[in-house]
Amino acid sequence: MTLKLYMAQRITALIMAPLVLMHIAVMIYAIQGGLSAAEILGRTQGSILWFLFYGTFVVAVSIHAAIGLRTVLSEWAGLCGTGLNAAAWTILALLLILGMQAVYGVTAT
Amino acid sequence: MPKEQQMSVSVWRGGAAGAYQPFDVKMEDNQTVLDVVAWIQQYADPTLSYRYACRVGMCGSCAMMVNGVPRWTCRTHVKKVLKDGHMEIGPLRNLPVIKDLATDMDPFFDKWVAAEGLHHPTQTRHDPIEAIDPDSAGRVEANAGIECINCSVCYAACDTVAGNPDYLGPAALQRAWSVYNDSKDANKQTILDAVSGVGGCHNCHSQGSCAVHCPNELNPMNAIAGLKRGTARNFFKRRK
Repeated sequence: MTLKLYMAQRITALIMAPLVLMHIAVMIYAIQGGLSAAEILGRTQGSILWFLFYGTFVVAVSIHAAIGLRTVLSEWAGLCGTGLNAAAWTILALLLILGMQAVYGVTAT
Repeated sequence: MPKEQQMSVSVWRGGAAGAYQPFDVKMEDNQTVLDVVAWIQQYADPTLSYRYACRVGMCGSCAMMVNGVPRWTCRTHVKKVLKDGHMEIGPLRNLPVIKDLATDMDPFFDKWVAAEGLHHPTQTRHDPIEAIDPDSAGRVEANAGIECINCSVCYAACDTVAGNPDYLGPAALQRAWSVYNDSKDANKQTILDAVSGVGGCHNCHSQGSCAVHCPNELNPMNAIAGLKRGTARNFFKRRK
């Protein structure tokens, strides 16, 4: 782990923390009177704000998790060099695709 | 005359490939683990290889694994570590074994140099001696690490070193932190760069085995946290 990876992982953690808290707070607030999937989608679909909110979260998670798993793969599975970096980039791409697909699913009209 | 008490001691024999060999050793009232190793070499098997020098906890030569835990053997009383009349003595973990209980310390000391745990002078020998305030923040931080005896106990205790052979390890990084905080050191950026690479301080998972096992009760984990803070601050400064 180099300083650049360390900083990227710490900064994405700092981004994720308030987003997680807000996600939970909104969830608790929104279900008070009972809530259906249609009502949720009614609020999120077409909303640039929610797209940016969850889009940012997905990007932060993907970077954070890819760096973390890169360390695990290096220390526990003995991967190194190009193989290690390729694995980390693959994880990053996979999480980005899965996450952004979900964000698109709830925010696209 | 009371019956002579014996303990059973398993000692690592061979290099990286080897096996534990059992010995029966006479128990004494006051006996260190190093005494036991010396007794075996003098009275049971003169071919046993091990390393020691001062016998008083100053030189850092005699560290070994005792029942799987790294310890300074000259200051470890047998009664403290004996389990049901038995103990196991092996070479330090995370270092190549030369023979029996002697490890090759080169990787350990090479990493001190790689971490720039060296003095980079601000003045020459012709300048007057600089006065240092012992209570200044930097000096207090530097003082916290200077009692290190280079015994490699922390290096053997570190699971991150075990998983990542490039990792500089607790002792080298603590030394770098001491030098970094020394107001007489001229090259702080070199130190920060040296501890920011592939094997640098950012690999530390803060598991704390170094602090738990350090025989001098130092806290390399704290020093590494200091280096992480220093490099992070520097990361933003350099981008301005």
